[in-house]
Amino acid sequence: MADRITLQVSRYRPETDSGATVQEYEVPCPKDWVILDGLNYVKDRLDGTLSYRWSCRMGICGSCGMTVNGEPKLTCATFLADYAPGPVLVEPLRNFPVIRDLVVEIGDFMRKLVSVKPWIIRGEEKPLSEGEYRQTPDELQDYKQFSMCINCMLCYAACPIYGLDPKFIGPAAIALAQRYNLDTRDQGAPERLEILSEHEGIWGCTFVGECTKVCPKNVDPAGAIQQYKLHAAVEAVKAFFMPRGAQ
Amino acid sequence: MTDGAGHTVHHPRWLRPRMSTYWWLQRRSYLAFILREVSSVFIAWFVVYLLLLIRAASQGAAAYQEFLNWSGHAVVLPLNVITLFFVVFHAITWFNLAPQAMVVRVGSTRVPGLLIAASNHAAWAVASALVGWLLLRGQ
Repeated sequence: MADRITLQVSRYRPETDSGATVQEYEVPCPKDWVILDGLNYVKDRLDGTLSYRWSCRMGICGSCGMTVNGEPKLTCATFLADYAPGPVLVEPLRNFPVIRDLVVEIGDFMRKLVSVKPWIIRGEEKPLSEGEYRQTPDELQDYKQFSMCINCMLCYAACPIYGLDPKFIGPAAIALAQRYNLDTRDQGAPERLEILSEHEGIWGCTFVGECTKVCPKNVDPAGAIQQYKLHAAVEAVKAFFMPRGAQ
Repeated sequence: MTDGAGHTVHHPRWLRPRMSTYWWLQRRSYLAFILREVSSVFIAWFVVYLLLLIRAASQGAAAYQEFLNWSGHAVVLPLNVITLFFVVFHAITWFNLAPQAMVVRVGSTRVPGLLIAASNHAAWAVASALVGWLLLRGQ
């Protein structure tokens, strides 16, 4: 195995650059080093001006998503040795504006995430004296996989629909909306349906399916969106044929 | 904030890379997706062709023979061969995607996706065999 590997890192310095350029760094390549270790080595030893996001180093915080050799990846979970003998091209996540080097602007995603109300909504809270809201393991299983999302935005980077139409709410936000819709403690599905049944919501998705393939936590956003479409269609038919009280 | 704005500390100039026109050639899955979208055009033609066939068959033997002659035309025949490819491609990819869109339960147990896809393919095969039997039994 090669003991060193070349990182080709996309650089963008807004003060001086009009576009991105590629800068090469040679870094050690022990078998337990991930791409993020290589970037940290560059930052600490070779070039302190390199900018990128990271935090937990263990696939939980979702901060270190980047494009590695053309694929959206969590750089803390992608081993350098898998790309030996290199070089490895590291670019910012696609479909987002680049602020600097490997740092992308995530405001659009954060606004969309909040818009689908990813929290438990209750019409009326029961008094504390009645105890907790209980759930069976089967009920938990219904939404558990969607709750594994860490908001890393790899799915947005892989989604050509979001790239072509930035108004599209996008995979992670819809999957998280579905996570709460399927939660037996939640009563907010009608509120979310109003938002997600817009053109930029579920109907914007044309089922490319890449969001599911790139998800590092094995969430299935494409499945969530298709299931939501089915639900929205049934609700629309019910609204058309049935009196309001019977829906 | 606009792309043309100059960079300042409080108004940084973001880089907005544009998607290539040929983005659908960058991954095999993107190409498969585009082919599935394009297949809709051929599905539409397939439906029109089927309606024309039914109309010709209902108008008697002469009209049906004329329709068959037209179907053998140098343009119509290759078009129908391409259409057959896309109809099969559309059906296979559609049935393979079905498990993601359908959550089927038997009691409290969720039916595995593989079983849903296999059921769809099996139903397709049975329906095709039935149609084939209806068409060929008199020959």
